[in-house]
Amino acid sequence: MTATCTLTDCGTTPDTDYSMDDYQGPEARWCPGCGDHSVLSSVQRLLATHQMAPERTVFVSGIGCSSRFPHYLRTFGFHGIHGRALPVSVGVKLARPDLDVFAVMGDGDCCSIGAGHWIHATRYNVNMTVLLLDNNIYGLTKKQTSPTTPQGFKTNTQPRGSYLPALNPLTVTLGITNASFVAQTADWAPQHLYETLEAAYAHQGFSFVRIMQRCPVWTSILFQDAVRDPARVAVLVHERGIRDAGTEELHKHHIDHDPSDLDAARHLAEEGGMRLGLFYRDASCPRYEETRRQAAYTPAERIAVLEKEFDRHAV
Amino acid sequence: MTASTTAQDATGVSVPPSQKVLHVREHCVEIVSDSGEGAQKCGQSFGAVCAKMGNGVWTVEIIPAEIQPPARTPAGASGVRIRFGTGPVTNGGNDAQLVVAFNEQVLLARLRANSLAEDAVILIENCWKDHDDETIRAAWKNAFETIGKRGFRIIEVPMEELCLTVVDDPRRGKNMFAFGMLAAVYDRDVERCKAQIAFTFRKKSQEIYDRNSKLFDLGHGWAKENLDFRIDIPTHAVEREMLVMNGNTALGMGAIASGMDLCSMYPITPATSVSHYLSDVFENAGGIVHQAEDEIAAAGVAIGASYAGKVAFTVTSGPGLALKTEFLGLATMTEVPLVVIDVQRGGPSTGLPTKVEQSDLLAVLWGQPGDAPKVIMAPSTIEECFHVVITARRIAETFRCVVFILSDANLATGVTPFPRPQTDPRWVAGPPDQSPVPEGLRPYDWDPRTGLSRRFVPGQPGGMYTLTGLVHDENSKVRYAPGVNENACEMRSRKIAVLQSTLQPPTPHGGDEGDVLVVGWGSTRGAIEEAVDIARAEGLAASSVNLTFLSPLEPGLRDLFSRFGAVMTVEVNYSDEKDAPYITDENRRRGQLCTLLRAQTLVDVDCWTRVPGAPLRPADILSAIRAKIAEGGRS
Ligand SMILES: Cc1ncc(C[n+]2csc(CCOP(=O)(O)OP(=O)(O)O)c2C)c(N)n1
Ligand code: SF4
Ligand SMILES: [Mg+2]
Repeated sequence: MTATCTLTDCGTTPDTDYSMDDYQGPEARWCPGCGDHSVLSSVQRLLATHQMAPERTVFVSGIGCSSRFPHYLRTFGFHGIHGRALPVSVGVKLARPDLDVFAVMGDGDCCSIGAGHWIHATRYNVNMTVLLLDNNIYGLTKKQTSPTTPQGFKTNTQPRGSYLPALNPLTVTLGITNASFVAQTADWAPQHLYETLEAAYAHQGFSFVRIMQRCPVWTSILFQDAVRDPARVAVLVHERGIRDAGTEELHKHHIDHDPSDLDAARHLAEEGGMRLGLFYRDASCPRYEETRRQAAYTPAERIAVLEKEFDRHAV
Repeated sequence: MTASTTAQDATGVSVPPSQKVLHVREHCVEIVSDSGEGAQKCGQSFGAVCAKMGNGVWTVEIIPAEIQPPARTPAGASGVRIRFGTGPVTNGGNDAQLVVAFNEQVLLARLRANSLAEDAVILIENCWKDHDDETIRAAWKNAFETIGKRGFRIIEVPMEELCLTVVDDPRRGKNMFAFGMLAAVYDRDVERCKAQIAFTFRKKSQEIYDRNSKLFDLGHGWAKENLDFRIDIPTHAVEREMLVMNGNTALGMGAIASGMDLCSMYPITPATSVSHYLSDVFENAGGIVHQAEDEIAAAGVAIGASYAGKVAFTVTSGPGLALKTEFLGLATMTEVPLVVIDVQRGGPSTGLPTKVEQSDLLAVLWGQPGDAPKVIMAPSTIEECFHVVITARRIAETFRCVVFILSDANLATGVTPFPRPQTDPRWVAGPPDQSPVPEGLRPYDWDPRTGLSRRFVPGQPGGMYTLTGLVHDENSKVRYAPGVNENACEMRSRKIAVLQSTLQPPTPHGGDEGDVLVVGWGSTRGAIEEAVDIARAEGLAASSVNLTFLSPLEPGLRDLFSRFGAVMTVEVNYSDEKDAPYITDENRRRGQLCTLLRAQTLVDVDCWTRVPGAPLRPADILSAIRAKIAEGGRS
């Protein structure tokens, strides 16, 4: 994607060859085996592939293990407050449509405390890439039930097993008016993850990617079966979907799904199960930051508007 | 009016022979109706004409508690108070001396609000008196049992009967009839009144203008023929071009002038009209109003935009302010510049949505967990509402901090003329800096003396850093070592002291020393100064000072206070009465500024505060001043 800067004195980005290392921040401090490491590598690869200028790229996150993400990159980062990555991202994008914006959230972040913003940001359909790192648990605060924790799974706040059926982030997002991109992938399928990020980044709109993320510390058993037994994972295949030969080779269960079919997407999402692929994409959905884009102005032009307002209120 | 029926009185004002002319320097008028009958339009038109003719004017909206209250109920009273005079008028004043009431129930509401002078003249619609509906007749009779006992001069006006000669629905006509009556009573220039009607209905058809113009003439004619008095309030030539608006519009214009581009908000009374005004015009100036999904998001969007470019702002009132708390702490911690406008209402909780109070000062100052130093400013006039936003944006940017503007419902809905400001392109913030960051500069390169540092904005080559609300060092790296937090706290705090070092000590109104100094903030200024002027005319050694900066406090306060026998704040927030049961000097909860001043100056500052849900009246403040002086010495 070529970003055009609308700012009057915007600096031009020098022609540099960025390698993956150029995006590398300090060493990531997630636990060994944490799925977040794999997401970070795929993201760095995406940045390098698209030669995104580090200074024109912003990663916004909330609070949680997953929200440490921006610290481990050499781009601009905004490690904000729990649940509120999306409003901040929307603000960044409203002010600066020229920047590449990524939002990184945990399941508590996005689906619990930030659930209101999730609905509305989906509807705003601001052009950004949204990564939900879903480990089905509150990681940072040590194993409390999250909205996506499977029913019956024992946690520190629900030691007799989580009471309610888990919330399904895909059906929620697909149910929101103006949702434009919904995909699911997994940290243990790095090539599929990468291809998904490619598709999400290419999409002009709010690209929502739910990433099933292993947390070996608190939820080690949850994704174990899927990781060990490829037959338990199905892949959505379609010529306009997300394609990765290796993934399709490994997982023999294929579901033919046209990502422009919203009804089918909702139906597939509703069925649950481990499914990787593009559920839905609609490039025609209106984008809030475009609808609201304003032309740049000079101080003199603004003062002229003010004088007009004074005239209107003069006696 | 023809020459044959007019004469000249001693001052040269033309009058019909039978009319008595009352010469006064100012008057306070109220127009009250059911909501939907347009009393507000009438009052605003009348106020605008007074301003144009060179009177000082202050108008205050009388707002019903509900959107569509039942007709003919005290709760539905809707209208305007217009206080106007020969000199400048800085507040809504005390009692209304003339009232136009569209029914007896709304009049009762004003009586219950203690709004009416004992000898007020009341022009009241009389169609209810002999109404076909028996309950209405009874209600009228009932009301007059109370109203009739007072010393009012009641004049019945057949408004409905006369309006029906022009319109089918008198509910849509009485307001212009009333405008006509007032114009006759106060001898307003008819040409200007007609121009005002044309302006009011500028978006409507000629036919509608004609009809309203006719209604005006009808009211004007009726008053000329039937009233035996007129009121003369000398006007003076308008030397400078004046603007007329309410405080919320002024705040909105200030935002335009400041060069901010984004107003991120969630609707809440009495702040919303700032965004209504801006939604209409901001886009002409390259700005947008973003109505977020809630106040948390409103703050988040503003902070995201500020972080990525120019300072953005959010506008809210009490309950919304509460929701923004966590984000405001983040902005403070990460030094993202932000302007927050809080148009205060009565509280706590949903409180008094449409009514004035000054109860958010301490919530703003201390309302975030942890140490969160910030700047707080309070405009005291509608003119200041305009300028304060420009200053706030500058301070936010220079000091990389959150700047609060505390306005209130009194300024939000009060309307008064002020001189047209001389515009200056330097008011307008330039585009965000996108130049490369010099080698070696860090995202929080605090100057160890001032705490100031240069902000990095996305897009600046070499500026990449991750902002974090966790404790961080100069590199924005999360670090929990004790020295790191201490240093960061100190740097953020120091900026407030540096700002204070640039401020001038405030100038008291009245004298530099005396028996009592009244300290106020925000919209009470006009009423306090008026009370002080009267007290001084009575020979009392009273003065007042208004504080624009509440954080940091303006310098020199302790020195100023030492020159007065007693210091007392006057505020529209709650404090315990000294002589109430259980209240002692030790447990007494004082006014918010009072509490702050005591803590910061160690002076035994007293307070006189009220929460009537209405602006403080000069007369009540005057009584408090007299009482304080009578008490002698300090509290
Ligand atoms: C307002 C607020 N409430 C609670 C917390 C405590 N808290 C921090 S992270 C977190 C949950 C993290 O879970 P998740 O979002 O799933 O991220 P993960 O650590 O699993 O990646 C909570 C409850 C907080 N920081 N702020
Ligand atoms: S606790 Fe779980 S989610 Fe958090 S870093 Fe460790 S493995 Fe990752
Ligand atoms: Mg989680």
